[in-house]
Amino acid sequence: MTTEIITDIAEAEQGSSLWHDAWLRLRKNRLALAGGIILVAFSIIALLTPWIAPYAYDAQNLDLGATPPSAQHWLGTDIFGRDLLTQIMYGGRVSLAVGLIATSVALLIGVTWGAVAGYVGGKVDAVMMRLVDIMYALPFMIFIVLLMVVFGRNILLLFLAIGAVEWLTMARIMRSQVQQLRQQEFVEAAISLGLPPGTIIRRHLIPNALGPIIVYTTLTIPSVMLLEAFLSFLGLGIQPPQTSWGLLISYGAETMEEFPWLLIFPGLALTITLFSLNFLGDGLRDALDVRRSKD
Amino acid sequence: MWRFIGIRLLQAIPVILVVITVTFFLVRVAPGGPFSAEKAVLPEVKAALEAQYRLDLPLFQQYVAYLGDLAQGEFGPSFKYPGRSVNELIGAGLPVTAELGLYALLVAVVIGGIAGVIAALKPNTAQDYIPMTAAMIGICMPSFLLGPLLVLVFGIYLDWLPVSGWGDIPGDKILPAITLGSAYAAYIARLSRAGMLEVMSQDYIRTARAKGLPEWQVVVKHGLRGGLIPVVAFLGPAFAGLLAGSFVVETIFQIPGLGRFYVQAAFNRDYTMILGTTVFLSTLIVLFNLLSDILAAWMNPRLRAQFGEN
Repeated sequence: MTTEIITDIAEAEQGSSLWHDAWLRLRKNRLALAGGIILVAFSIIALLTPWIAPYAYDAQNLDLGATPPSAQHWLGTDIFGRDLLTQIMYGGRVSLAVGLIATSVALLIGVTWGAVAGYVGGKVDAVMMRLVDIMYALPFMIFIVLLMVVFGRNILLLFLAIGAVEWLTMARIMRSQVQQLRQQEFVEAAISLGLPPGTIIRRHLIPNALGPIIVYTTLTIPSVMLLEAFLSFLGLGIQPPQTSWGLLISYGAETMEEFPWLLIFPGLALTITLFSLNFLGDGLRDALDVRRSKD
Repeated sequence: MWRFIGIRLLQAIPVILVVITVTFFLVRVAPGGPFSAEKAVLPEVKAALEAQYRLDLPLFQQYVAYLGDLAQGEFGPSFKYPGRSVNELIGAGLPVTAELGLYALLVAVVIGGIAGVIAALKPNTAQDYIPMTAAMIGICMPSFLLGPLLVLVFGIYLDWLPVSGWGDIPGDKILPAITLGSAYAAYIARLSRAGMLEVMSQDYIRTARAKGLPEWQVVVKHGLRGGLIPVVAFLGPAFAGLLAGSFVVETIFQIPGLGRFYVQAAFNRDYTMILGTTVFLSTLIVLFNLLSDILAAWMNPRLRAQFGEN
């Protein structure tokens, strides 16, 4: 009896934390949870690919050619007799890496930009946000195609270009968060204590705006991955010998009449990942209560 | 309202200028001159070519001259195909892409709008979950995957519809329009659901119901106008997305539109062509954003009031 009460109290104390509340809510959302589990699984597979892939990345068997799924090759082989599962695993490494790295670039620029604009306010804010407005109006998809043409199809540039596109919304979200937080008493206290602005932004503002940042990050990754796949499909993104899901889909589409599995499996891998990310993002948004105050 | 339009127009001009300037200088600083791939040409020939494309002038003068061309509606010649110009290709490709985009937009607005409104009328029931899950699939299924899959199923296995072409065989416009429109149908379904949910809880809807109007009239006459504002505001960005999507869809279905020309120009490294097409497409996108903003503002009485219309 007493132990029960004690655990109840412990739970109640823990329950007061935002993150714990959010976790309890997220746990009830089956789709979001499933999405999260799938993503963790895919990430582990991607990390371990060089050790667990059934075949070597460059192993081919021209005599074998394209075969449908079988016991030796679970997802079949392509026209060079390469194991499709191996290709998808290595392609996933690239696709997921592009998603993570480009999103990090976007996150870094967007959060810094928005935090500074929101914190400093006044004319600086007006100029910074007008710039964001102008960039919003720029047709970026066309610009990325242009960049890839002008500077060659370089994977590092691809990260930067995509990241540079996706930071705008992040900057807007961060700015509105910081503007709200800035009027709170603990921030005023920090200012009156004489903390430098950089420290206030890092220590007080960003951690308190973490919820929306996390939610928006989860929703940015799929759009970044989609962009990479789109460019690779057109032949303007990832180049052989490297591969990605977008590139595999584009090869698959060329030969889908005879060998439909070459289109279907890479397509499934990409779709499942995007699905999981979107469900997890939506679930996190509900769990962290983002935007509920507005609704 | 006029003030609002005026302000938006003034904002669009610097955007278009930025696009032109950035594109121009990006293309000019591209490593490897436009003729570097050709075999060694005679110096005189090279000089003549450079003069023809104004490459002999200092960069800034080239820029000013290009702005002058643009002001007269000249988007420039093609490097790769002597005698062809960007204007000609736009003339040939734009009607095709515009038609494709229009059909795709129809697919998106009709299917997406109906699905979203139906879902919003009974939130958190099967009537809500089924269309919204379909919308999620639509968002996660990129056009470059959906297109080939549709071709595989309806073009090859079932043999119902042509697999490529544009206007050659009856029915060959159906699959491209669905491929291009589906993702936007999904977004519009979500937007119109959210918009309708918000509107249907407003007081004026309750008033309409209290007056004894039949439910369909409440929804159609009073609900839709407010509920679809987010959808109208989304049409501008959707247009930009549709254009980019047309790159893929026109490539998959071998449609001779602007998107396919753009991708080909990108592959051929046809610099003047890319420059001209980028400027043209970007201007188009900026103008469409402007239009959809104005339309959304016109539909929104609060915004109209803010800009002092009586």
